[in-house]
Parts: sequence; structure tokens; C-alpha cells
Amino acid sequence: MSVNRAQRVDLEVVADLIPPQSRVLDVGSGDGLLLELLQETKLVDGRGLELSQRGVNECVARGLSVIQGDADKDLEFYPDKGFDFVVLSQTLQATRNPKLVLDELLRIGNRAIVSFPNFGHWRVRLSLFVHGRMPVNDDLPYSWYDTPNIHFCTIRDFVNLCDELGATVEKATALDGNGQKIGLSMPWWFWNFFGQQAVFLLKR
Amino acid sequence: MAILRAQKTNNEADQPSSPVLRFGADKPLKLDAGTLLSPFQIAYQTYGTLNDARSNAILVCHALTGDQHVANTNPVTGKPGWWEVLIGPGRIIDTNRFFVICSNVIGGCLGSTGPASINPATGKPYGLDLPVITIRDMVRAQLMLIDHFGIEKLFSVLGGSMGGMQVLQWASSYPERVFSALPIATGARHSSQNIAFHEVGRQAVMADPDWHGGKYFEHGKRPEKGLAVARMAAHITYLSEAALHRKFGRNLQDRDALTFGFDADFQIESYLRHQGMTFVDRFDANSYLYMTRSMDYFDLAADHGGRLADAFAGTKTRFCLVSFTSDWLFPTEESRSVVHALNAAGASVSFVEIETDRGHDAFLLDEPELFAAINGFIASAARARGLSA
Repeated sequence: MSVNRAQRVDLEVVADLIPPQSRVLDVGSGDGLLLELLQETKLVDGRGLELSQRGVNECVARGLSVIQGDADKDLEFYPDKGFDFVVLSQTLQATRNPKLVLDELLRIGNRAIVSFPNFGHWRVRLSLFVHGRMPVNDDLPYSWYDTPNIHFCTIRDFVNLCDELGATVEKATALDGNGQKIGLSMPWWFWNFFGQQAVFLLKR
Repeated sequence: MAILRAQKTNNEADQPSSPVLRFGADKPLKLDAGTLLSPFQIAYQTYGTLNDARSNAILVCHALTGDQHVANTNPVTGKPGWWEVLIGPGRIIDTNRFFVICSNVIGGCLGSTGPASINPATGKPYGLDLPVITIRDMVRAQLMLIDHFGIEKLFSVLGGSMGGMQVLQWASSYPERVFSALPIATGARHSSQNIAFHEVGRQAVMADPDWHGGKYFEHGKRPEKGLAVARMAAHITYLSEAALHRKFGRNLQDRDALTFGFDADFQIESYLRHQGMTFVDRFDANSYLYMTRSMDYFDLAADHGGRLADAFAGTKTRFCLVSFTSDWLFPTEESRSVVHALNAAGASVSFVEIETDRGHDAFLLDEPELFAAINGFIASAARARGLSA
């Protein structure tokens, strides 16, 4: 939705979490990169929901099952546990009501997979601490006034939200600036400092 | 001249140039009106070849004033088929690959039983003695045609506007017979505003003294003026304000100044009059009443206790819906409510809204984004169905 193709190192991590032939709903499917990856490598029964009409038309022209819709408004139309996995990749921070959206993901999917840029990353902290400015870099390319990303959070913020919603974190992965997974044994504070992106597998 | 033309329409209604499938007393058509239609006939066109597995059949459903001549020269107008931009050899719906069927709907006037057909009980055209036909009746008749071809499951059913209503009805009534469905520029019900426009059209027809209570053939007349006015009013709803303004603006027709009279001063007036006049040459007035009524009566949710999702419960059909931004007859919201219902039913659904200022009629035109969506959807459905390219 708001992060470009070259930066989507999280897609492989998401795909690794999904067993073959699952029923998958990709919320914020963009130009269909993840859905296509999942259909080709995992033979999933994949559906998508995407805000931008251009993205939707592109997806459908490529044979993907995608509809135009808004994660903030349209998730309510999906039945309980209608999918094995509901994926929200790099979209949470752009929703108006992330808590409600996450709640809906956990209702619709047996499991939810959420990936997001970590606002606790050291470069973000550095930008604020040293320069006193909102961070603008390759990963967060927008200025504060034109960004679609209105609800940034840190990894620790997200873990708290999961607690509030009664969601269990079954698996979590943090990726550093090079897209490398950060060692599992590291504590949360380490992830929160060095993880540029995070991918969570949740269940409720 | 009027009689000659009346005769001509009457002939195409009873002895069409299309192949005809006739159903005798042993196979009546059960109508929603509570009666049986028998005997009756379906006029249809086919293109391409049905494969051995009978798995490559596509049913095209026509719109209000359309007909079965979807991809061949129309025998009445001499014009190309109404969807030739989409359907034909090497086209998006490739007739070298698919077996395409299009039939005239029941109640129509191009060869399937309708008000202009001869009522065997009286030897005269049915006129208003034909029971009111519903979208579901049309689809029931189409099913009998599909059964005749021995087709267990249609690869796809597609259509726009009233054709889209038939597509939704097919998917709802016979989900196991429809592998994929493509309803375009349509809705699961006719809105109050749409019923209103149709009523204006019907009143125009019935106010024409040549209508004769629907028995105009017997008087050697046809309500041409009334039907032309109906078409003019309807035609406006198929376009958009932006497109009309782009095309005609306030331009004057063959004159430099206003005439201070009621001639067609403006190009748009002249254009509409032309639309009205050419329409009456090819369409039966009573059939227009029946067609509009069938759309008015359509309400798929009402048939399922008011819950549209229940119309598609458990469906395995793959859907792709398409709407157009400037369509105010079937605005995007109408498609979206179908999409939401399909989501709730757990259906596989794609939904594309196409940006255009060409209004409702955009579905009949050369719209590259529409074609890209149809192409992508049909290609992936064909893969899923195991149809080789």
C-alpha cells in the first residue's frame, strides 16, 4: 500500500508462515505481489482487498481474486473464521483504526499475520533525538504532511496491543536494515532497537 | 410503411433467422407469475465449438433491448453484433477456444417467445396476454437451452445491465451449473429511481393512441412515437452528464442561431430523436414493456428473506464484478453491495471499478481496462477449470 517493491523483504517471511493450499485473505494487497507469490509457491486459495483502484485493476488483470475496499470499513462483511490466514502486510500503520482492524483480522482468520515498519528502530530514534525531525529515509520515504502512514508503532507497542486484544503471539520475526532476520534469542528491547520491520503470527 | 415494418418485426419474432429450440406441451416453462408458458421457443446463436468434455461453454446474457446476435451481423439492423468488440475469433472471449451461446430472452422480440409472437390459442400476437416475465423466468428458459446442449456446467456466464441480473440469477439459482460469473454494470435489485425511469417509458408507450391496449398489430399500427419517447428518456440514463456535455455541449444542429421554436435546435435533441427513431425500427413496443418490468421486479435479496448473502450461500462459483464510475443507472454502490454479500458468503470474488465518463453504456464500448479485467479473470478461471490456452 505505501512501501515500494524493493523494500518488501517481509514478503518471503510472510510466505514462509503459510502452509500450502491454505485459504488466505491479503488485506492491502497492493499490486498483488504477495498473493501471486503465495499462489505460485503455496497453491493457496487467495483473495485480496485493496484500497487503490489501480492496484485492484492490475491484480484482476493478472488473474488474482481482488476487490476494491477499505480495511477500515469493509472487513466487517467477511464471515467469522472464513480464512486460514489473514495477512496485513505493511498496511496497519496506514489504517484509521488499527485496533479495530487487528480485531477484525483475528475474527476473520484462524490466524493473522501482520507485518509493519518498526518505529522504535534506532534510525528513527536517531532522527528524532539528534535532528529533532520526523524520519524520512528509504524505508519511510514520506514527509510527515503527506504520509499515508498515520499510525506508526514500535514493536513493543504492537505487543501491548496484541495483549489488549487477547491475541497470542505464536511467532514473531524482526528484520534488520538488510532484510536479515534477527536472532530468535534476542530480547524484545533488542528487536525493538535493531528491527526495522516486524512480522507477527497471531492467534486468538 | 408502418404495416410493412410491423410485419417485418412480427416475422423476426415468429420466424427468426437464428436457430430456434421449440418446447412442446410436454415441456412447459414455469413462470414466476404462477402460470405455465407452453408451447414456447428460444432463438439463439452459437459461436465456436463445444469441446468433448463440454466444459468450454460461455453463456452471454443480453441487456434490455439487446438480442442473441452478440457476435454476428444483426439481421434487423445490418450492424455488427452488439459485443463484437469483446467476442469473436482471437478476441478476449475467443470463439476459437470457447463455445459461446447467446439466446434471446423470453419476452423478447427477436425469436424467443414474447408479446409479438403468435399465441397458438388465438392465432394472433400475444400482446398483453403474455404473463409478465421475470429475470428468473428468462434464466429458467436458458437452463432448458443449456440442458439441450448437454452442458453440465457452464464455464462462464456473463452479461451487463439486465444481462448482469441474469448472471446473478444464474449464480444464485444454479450455482453448481456455473463455474464463473461476470456480472457487469448491474445490481441485485432495481432501484426506485430506475423503476421510475422505466415507468416513464411505459407510460409513453401506452399513451400513444397507436398502442391500442397492446393490440396494435391487429390494427396494423405500431406505437412508434411513444416507444421513441421511451427510448429517448432511457437513453439519457445510459450516458453521463460529462459525456453528453463533451459530445454535444450546447451546440446547435445545422443552424447558426436559436429558432425560437420547438425544432431540434440543439445537437443533443437531434441525437436523441435519431436514437428514438432508429429504435422503433428494431424493437417491439410491448416487448419493451415486458423487458422493463422484468428488471423492475428483480430483487435477489427479497427472494432470500432480505439477506443478499443467502442468495449465494455455499457458492463455489468464481465471481468478477465490474462497475463504471460514471454509471448512475447502476452506480458502483450497487455492485459493491453484491461484493459484500459474496464476501459474507465466503465466495471467490474480484471487483473492478473502471474510471470512465461514458456512463452505463461503457460496458458495450471499447474500454481497455474492462477488457484487461475480463481477460485476466477468464484466463485464471480457465486455468482453474483445466482448459488449455
